[in-house]
Amino acid sequence: MSAPVKEFFIDFQRCIGCNACVAGCSECHTHRGKPMVSVDKVDPAHSAQTAPMVCMHCKEPTCALSCPADAIKMDENGIVHSSLKPRCIACRNCEIACPFGVPKISEEIQQMQKCDMCFDRTSAGKKPMCTTVCPTGALFYGTMEEMKRLRPHSKPINKWRFGKQVIETKLWVMVPHDVDEVVVDWPELLNGASGPIDLAVKLKEYFEKHGVPDPEIREPLPESMPEARPDETEEAEFL
Amino acid sequence: MRELADTLRYFAGQLHWPSVRNASLLTALLVLAIVVGSRNLQNFDAALVGYTYACVAAAFAVFYRYSVWLTKPPTKKFWRRGWQLCFQPALWKNLRSPRILGEAVTRKLVVQDFVWRRSPARWLGHMLIAAGCLLAFAITFPLVFGWIHFEMGAVEPDHTYIVSVFGFHVHELPLAGFFSWLVFHGLVVASFMVIPGVMIVMYRRMMEEGATAVQRFSRDFLPLILLFVVSFSGLLLWVSYEYLEGYFFTALAQFHAWSVIALLLYLPFGKLFHIFQRPASLGVSYYKAANADKDPARCPVTGEAFAPKMQTDDLKEVLGELDFDYSAPDGKGPAWNEVSPRGKRILIARAHSIARKHKFD
Repeated sequence: MSAPVKEFFIDFQRCIGCNACVAGCSECHTHRGKPMVSVDKVDPAHSAQTAPMVCMHCKEPTCALSCPADAIKMDENGIVHSSLKPRCIACRNCEIACPFGVPKISEEIQQMQKCDMCFDRTSAGKKPMCTTVCPTGALFYGTMEEMKRLRPHSKPINKWRFGKQVIETKLWVMVPHDVDEVVVDWPELLNGASGPIDLAVKLKEYFEKHGVPDPEIREPLPESMPEARPDETEEAEFL
Repeated sequence: MRELADTLRYFAGQLHWPSVRNASLLTALLVLAIVVGSRNLQNFDAALVGYTYACVAAAFAVFYRYSVWLTKPPTKKFWRRGWQLCFQPALWKNLRSPRILGEAVTRKLVVQDFVWRRSPARWLGHMLIAAGCLLAFAITFPLVFGWIHFEMGAVEPDHTYIVSVFGFHVHELPLAGFFSWLVFHGLVVASFMVIPGVMIVMYRRMMEEGATAVQRFSRDFLPLILLFVVSFSGLLLWVSYEYLEGYFFTALAQFHAWSVIALLLYLPFGKLFHIFQRPASLGVSYYKAANADKDPARCPVTGEAFAPKMQTDDLKEVLGELDFDYSAPDGKGPAWNEVSPRGKRILIARAHSIARKHKFD
């Protein structure tokens, strides 16, 4: 149980919404049948974009600090765990406070459950379940060197800005080289918005007014994408 | 000498002094209750003094930890809200009916059906341990505090014992008979609940994949081992005096006493602290019931009602006290915790789309 824990990378642009990660995650015994990964359709009326979300394991976890029962703990590897069963009172503070929308409260068993980066697997040198089944490498587990070699056109960052709040995470997100932090903005337009359609309309108005960055300016794709193929050793390791 | 002073200063700096004050006051009250309840120590059993010291030390630590726990901003908020909802009838239209408290106490503390849904075996083990421990505590504490003691009663026609509570004679008990056997063997009965309970839970901890994945020795096995040692050594005491004419009794009694003291001193620090912490879940039931018919917080992104408005407001305040600033970037509009989990994930994906120069649009 002492294998070094490697790095976890999310590459949103690679998600194809296949939900393999959701299915894989559901197989874990610690949360029997319930997935801790979310795959959301971002704006289904206008775009095919889907986004996977696992726990980002914040270095200063808002969920743990906002827990009134002291039930959420971070381990020596920086993994933030599901709430301790004897303590959790299912108040839902963590669910509402988490900046990434990750924790899930199960009322019927009075516990908060969340992604723990497959603690049982990663601490024994295996990859988290979702990364073994992701066909596109949107969820990737490995070393920083591997990642840099495989995805030269992106870089991993772990800094997020929610309004004025900066959050650093254990997990990495792949972004273009000119981006240093992911800025999550919810401009004034959200004030009084009342649902997805309203939001889409307001976002459209907002971008028409403020200008949309030219969609034609895209970074060139690498000629071949060897990383998109599952690693040959992966299957053997998974089995 | 200087090193010692430095060490002491370091520990003093680590302590939360208002909680030391609270714990000292409450412990002093307990000591007073022991002195008064045992009629100026007249009914105090000197043979049990080691247990009493351990109880007082454990009580101090429990009060201290509880007091420190209540200073955490989210805990403080829930604690105050809980009492406020209890005592301000205007806020608790839904809470007038005793049904809510009754149901919360029954389901969350007595029956614990949520543990059953985690697994029936786990529930059985937990119920046996919980009931056995509570029974043992209910017997041990009044005895070691001198609050209950037994006196010789009638000799003819049958021997009786007089049960005295706080020095008042409350009952005369025949020495023979099933009920008397139960009274005098309450701790034996408790050990017959705790030991099978520990076995069931231990078995589960060794065999169930979900448990083996995340358990830790100090957190999950140590309390089970302590409970087993206490119950089993206590049971051996009974075997020794009942069937073996007191064979090895003195050594066993010493061993049992030390194991109980170890358990009492572990109580405030480890997993067993949940016994004191858990009733806070009643406050959550109140909180939810009080908000059941109020307008919920609606997510501005998805439009879904995702939490009581009171909770998102309270949480905003608590996050501020914790030095987080999740207010809207331009100061207007909702704070980040007023967006639902799914709404947040959608906006994060949008943020990424923007970082990728709107490639996904």
